[in-house]
Amino acid sequence: MDTSLEEVWAALDGVVDPEIPVVTLRELGILRDIRVGPHGLEIVITPTYSGCPAMDQMADDVRTALHERGLEGTVVTQLAPAWTTDWISEAAREKLRAYGIAPPQAACVPSARSGHETAHQRVLHFMPRAAAGHPVAVSCPRCGSPNTVESSRFGSTACKALYKCLNCQEPFDYFKPY
Amino acid sequence: MAPSPAGATAPVNYLLHLADNAVVLGQRNAEWCGHGPILEEDLALANMSLDLIGQARLLYQQVASRLGAGATEDTLAYFRDVPEFRNYTLLELPHRGPLVGYARSDMDYGTTIARNFLYSAFMVPLWQQLQACGDAMLEAISAKSLKEASYHLRHARDWLVRLGDGTDESHARMQAAVGHLMPYTQEYWTASALEQEALQAGIRIDWSQLSADWNALVDDALQEATLERPPATGHITEGKTGVHSEHLGFLLAEMQSLARAHPGATW
Repeated sequence: MDTSLEEVWAALDGVVDPEIPVVTLRELGILRDIRVGPHGLEIVITPTYSGCPAMDQMADDVRTALHERGLEGTVVTQLAPAWTTDWISEAAREKLRAYGIAPPQAACVPSARSGHETAHQRVLHFMPRAAAGHPVAVSCPRCGSPNTVESSRFGSTACKALYKCLNCQEPFDYFKPY
Repeated sequence: MAPSPAGATAPVNYLLHLADNAVVLGQRNAEWCGHGPILEEDLALANMSLDLIGQARLLYQQVASRLGAGATEDTLAYFRDVPEFRNYTLLELPHRGPLVGYARSDMDYGTTIARNFLYSAFMVPLWQQLQACGDAMLEAISAKSLKEASYHLRHARDWLVRLGDGTDESHARMQAAVGHLMPYTQEYWTASALEQEALQAGIRIDWSQLSADWNALVDDALQEATLERPPATGHITEGKTGVHSEHLGFLLAEMQSLARAHPGATW
């Protein structure tokens, strides 16, 4: 059984994000588990943003990859624990950078159970006034300069913000911490 | 307040309330798609609507699996009528100040921002509490939604401050928008069968903490925006019990017409 699960992992290793085709679902932390359930093989994926329109495509791509190797399985969506950009592997971060997308910094929303701060404190901590307009420096994926500025907090997809490098003048996407 | 017992089951009506809030505001804000004041805001509103509709889908799917009998996320969103929707009235209002019924005016971005702020400042602390509500599925949805609501709050707060502490014109319009919408927030705090039922099911919400969190966020932001906090008085709306303003019907007509014209259609 272990061998066959390994085969499935190998089969799914090639499934990439439909919108960022340089990183795989596994590297992004979207492909959570492969297991044998009561009705056969189960591929566990977790949604990124609640409304991410690429989720259906990802599930389809997983099924296609299974079929191509003559495997049968069900795609199971699991919500908890909630996906976080902290799960994106180091290798994937480098690939994102090489692709022109600045990888996310550490996620900014702490777990509700982690402390005794009130929501008020947490939200202000989330965006300290001193840092308003100057969030933590995001380095340009092209020239590496930290001299960048956020043009828009919401970009081409829900998971990205739009930045501009003031050094090389190139605009770039920043994968937002989530 | 004692934590909720594990193994609680959130009532269907409470889940519908959370879902309807999200879908109605998501649909309302999507009206800016293609009409945003600037391209970046057009994208921001569309992205936030996507988040809200995604949250609603997760909740509707949960309700549908509870109801069975052919219920799906689509039947819940597209085939219920106004009195069955349990969203706060605040969220169905048009993007403009107080005008009656069919009266037309340009959409006002100040109203959009004020509403998004008053709502996301309420949802961030609420999702925080619901992350440990005892209903495992609602806890999972809350943990996801919290991350998104935090971005929405940050966006709305930024613009509230920018417009409030902006030009004379933007300040006046922002003050008018906050004054128009603030009375609708009374509905957050009036008890109804909805909250009662949730409590009986073991979903304990610490309303005094929630109110303290919300008030702190509102006061802090309004102060930085150089806006006066208007009174929340007058008529208390009851959208969450199914008694809506005249605006929800128009919103639902637009949202539901395609699904109703072609029931069961897929693409």
